[in-house]
This record gives sequence, C-alpha cells and structure tokens, in this order.
Amino acid sequence: MEYFLQNLINALQWGSFYAVISIGYSMVYGVLMLFNFAHGDIFMVGTYIGFGIATLLLALSSAFLPGWMIFILTVVVTMFLASFVGVFVEYVGYRPLRGAPRASAAITGLMIGIIFETGNLIILGAQRFSFPPLMESVSYNIGGVYFTNVKVLIIVASLVMMLALHTFIQKTKWGMAMRAMSYDFLAVPLMGVSINVIAPLTFAIGAGLASVAGILYGQAYPVLDPYMGILLGWKAFVAAILGGRGSIMGAALAGYLLGFIEIFVAMVFPSTFRDLIAYSIILVILTFRPRGFFGMAHSTRLRL
Amino acid sequence: MQLVVENLSVSYGKIKALHGISFSVNQGEIVTIIGANGAGKSTTLRAISRMIPSEPGSKIEFMGESILKYNTDKVVSKLGISHVPEGRMIFGNLTVTENLTLASFARKDSGEVAKDKKWVFDLFPRLDERREQLAETLSGGEQQMLAVGRAYMSGRKIMILDEPSMGLAPLLMLDMFDALKEINALGTTILLVEQNARLALKFAQRGYVLENGRLVLQGPASELLDNPEVKKAYLGA
Ligand SMILES: Nc1ncnc2c1ncn2[C@@H]1O[C@H](COP(=O)(O)OP(=O)(O)OP(=O)(O)O)[C@@H](O)[C@H]1O
Ligand SMILES: [Mg+2]
Repeated sequence: MEYFLQNLINALQWGSFYAVISIGYSMVYGVLMLFNFAHGDIFMVGTYIGFGIATLLLALSSAFLPGWMIFILTVVVTMFLASFVGVFVEYVGYRPLRGAPRASAAITGLMIGIIFETGNLIILGAQRFSFPPLMESVSYNIGGVYFTNVKVLIIVASLVMMLALHTFIQKTKWGMAMRAMSYDFLAVPLMGVSINVIAPLTFAIGAGLASVAGILYGQAYPVLDPYMGILLGWKAFVAAILGGRGSIMGAALAGYLLGFIEIFVAMVFPSTFRDLIAYSIILVILTFRPRGFFGMAHSTRLRL
Repeated sequence: MQLVVENLSVSYGKIKALHGISFSVNQGEIVTIIGANGAGKSTTLRAISRMIPSEPGSKIEFMGESILKYNTDKVVSKLGISHVPEGRMIFGNLTVTENLTLASFARKDSGEVAKDKKWVFDLFPRLDERREQLAETLSGGEQQMLAVGRAYMSGRKIMILDEPSMGLAPLLMLDMFDALKEINALGTTILLVEQNARLALKFAQRGYVLENGRLVLQGPASELLDNPEVKKAYLGA
C-alpha cells in the first residue's frame, strides 16, 4: 500500500509535467487548428530562461530575499519572458503560413524546434548546466510513504496554474474569444476581434505554462540539455491527442493518465520496458477512442 | 453617401463572382440587394466586411474613407460596420450572453455596452429568457435573433445582413423585420441581401437586382415591386 501511494505521488508529478505542457499543444490547436511542433523546444527554452533567472536572482538577492520569494519571482519573470518566445514563434513561424497547407505549418514547428536546439548549442556551448535548487529539499514520511516538498510543490503549482488558466478561459473576454475561435474562427473577426491578437496570446500562454513546467522540472531533474524538450514534448503531444484535439481539460487529464500508466508500468516491469509498454497501452486506447476523450465537434469550421 | 461601392469585382479562383458592381447606401437608409441563388449576394457582403479580398480596381468607401486598407476586425470595430453572415455563424459553445459580450470585445465604452445589451434583450425577449443557455441549443429563429443582436453589439453605424429571413416561419420573419426597423430607427443604416424579394422590397426604401454578378436594375423599392421583369423573375407573378 505504501509502495502504491509512493508511486501515486510519482505518477502525479510526471502527470503534472505532461498535463501542463500538453495544454500548450491543445490551446493552439483549439484556436488555430494546427499543432505547434516547436512546443517541446519552447519548453526547453523556457527551462533555460528559468535557469538563467533563478541563477541571477539567487546570486543577487539570496542574502535578503526569502527562498519562496525567489521562487515566485523566478516563476513570474520566466513566464513573462517565455511568453515572448511563444509570440515570436507565432509571428515568425506560423503567421506567414496562415492559409498554407497544414503540412507546411507542421514542418515550420519542427524547423523552429531544430533552430532552438542548435541555437542553444551555439550560444551556450556543449557544457551542461544544472538548475539551481530554489528551496531546500525536505523529505517527509507519513505512514511509511516517503515524499519530498519538491514533489508536493510540483503537483500543487501545476494544479494552481491549470485552475488559473481555466478561470481565464471561462471568465475573461480573451478566453471567450479563444473558445469562439475553436468553434468558428471565420466568424471571430466579425466580432471586431483580431486573430492577430488572439493567436499570439494563445502561443504566449502555452509558452508561459511550459516555462513554469520547466522550472518545476528543473527542481526535480536539474540537469539541462538542449534536447530535453523532444521526448517530453512528444509525450505531451500524445496527451493532447489522447485528450481530444483542442480540449484543454482532456489534455490535462490525459497528461495525468500518461503519468499513471508510465509509473505503474514501471512498478511491474523493468524500467527499460516502461515506454514500450506504456505507449503500447495508449495505442490500444486510441484504437478504441480514435478521437480521444473529449474530441471537439468542429461543426462549422471548414466553411466559406 | 455613407457607403459607396464602385466597380467591385471578386473572384473565387477562376470563377468570377462579381463583375464590377457599383451601388451606394445613404446614412440611415434601408437598402436591399435581391437576387437568385449564386447571384453574388453573399460575396458582395463578404467583400464589404473584408472577409474576402476584392480585385484591384475595386473601390469601397465608408464615410469617405476607403475600407480596403482594413482587416475584417477593424472594419467592424473601427468603422462600425456589422455583418450578420449567411448561416448565422453564432458561437454554439458560448452562452447567449457570452455571444453578445464577445461582440463588444473591442469596445471601450463599457457603460454603453451594458445599455446596448439590455436593449438587445428588450428587443428579443426570447433571448432574454435564454441568457445562460448555450447558443447551439437555440432554435433556428432564436439563433437568427442572436446573430442580429450580436451584430448590433459589434458595430452600429451600418448593419449588413445576409438573408435574415432564411429558415424562419412567416410570422417570425415579420417579427425579425420589425426588429430591424427598430434598429434602423435608432440610426443604424441597413443593407440587406435577400432571396425573399417581396419581403425585402416591402421593407426597404431602395433596391438593387443582382444577376450573375452584375447589378441589372435599381430604383425605389415600390417601383421594383411593380416592375414587370422583377415580378416575373422574383415575385412569382
Ligand atoms: N468559397 C467559394 N469558392 C468558390 N466559389 C464560390 C465560393 N463562394 C461562392 N462561390 C461562387 O460565387 C458565386 C456567388 O456566390 P454567393 O454565395 O455570393 O451567391 P448568393 O447570391 O449569396 O447565393 P445564395 O442565395 O445561394 O446564398 C456562385 O457562383 C458561387 O458558386
Ligand atoms: Mg448567399
């Protein structure tokens, strides 16, 4: 039982990473009907930005700022800066190709990803950086279940972000415009809403969320690597599809499901088999639910 | 003249849908363009709201300013041209209220927005009763009301409407045109395209007849109603 609970916490941690990152795929799909394959690398860039900000803040202000303040500041500043990465990707990569065949937009994302990876290598060189810990790791033992404050933070912070996003999408006019886009993007400009505002905003939010996922990831797995976004990005993309194209709630739930399947497969099988078996299971799920969990009805989207 | 269209041509690929049409609408007027299926009515309205590009040499001016430099969202939010599109295009995943709120997205006059919203709900009590309902659960007629209400929220200088009578029962059709009269009475110019020629010509002050992408007749609506050619082709008499 303790072993199970222990793994449950691990699953929630990994699920949190997948969920927060996959939301970025899902939002962009909902608004622009394309998958931003640069998203995994946006996560990587966001993590490096977070690393830079954290390192800077720790060097400058650890003498007079408490640890939790530095953490919050790192999150806020990183989100802000990373959102520009999202805006940049939309502006340079996708806007010129609006109306172009979908495949062109897809390879744009792949190319931007490669540019980010190699750009990182050129600028920062081959040396490996390590994300500085933003808090002292404390281990707890409750009834034989071991966990750290870092894991709790990752799980709670992810939930808080997703709740905030949910509120934004349900309550603000920008969120309303995003939902409207996913129903009928041709009618949105007729409301006086510029797609050139909503599209970059969507990319910005996705990038901001991914960068916070990166900071949290760096607390659990500090070694940074220019290619760290690839596998995580693909898995988050799987979650976005499994959740149902464009469904934010679906993406989040599927992200957690991925975390659970991976961790519980690893409980039973040797860890080298983990992804092989986990993703075979997901393949089977998709065979039975090809539209994912919450596939959207794009009733009117391809008109005019 | 508030809206001046000159030599407007539009093509879809190789198909030429409009062959250089010219017409104008005065401030406060109700004008209709009637025509059969495929005549180019929707195309005309889409060109005005910049949902589709017009060909070089076309001229569309609104209050003395060319609209061709604006994107659709600016045509609506900056110039005050609202478009009730063919097939309504309401946002089914948003509530009735949210549809109206979204239509005021770019407006800064929040006090006026609240008043306008109330006015729309007074104009269409059926929408008022269904404020929190998802728009896709509305009946066709209610959706049409929402499309008109939404257009009113988005821009009030001129409203261009694409077959607002489509799919409405005769009684509801009359209600709809009464509502449009009220909107017009508050100062909104109305340009309406219709297949239902009789209804449109009874409602409008002036009319144009569009055939295969060309305007072939124009005049006061009452004259067009009596015109033998119009009678034969569009009024089924
Ligand atoms: N997206 C499109 N692609 C290609 N051709 C189009 C497109 N939309 C309209 N057309 C063509 O342009 C012409 C005018 O179409 P339009 O929709 O403006 O007609 P309409 O007068 O609104 O007809 P209706 O009363 O049936 O709505 C038609 O020949 C139509 O086939
Ligand atoms: Mg039409």
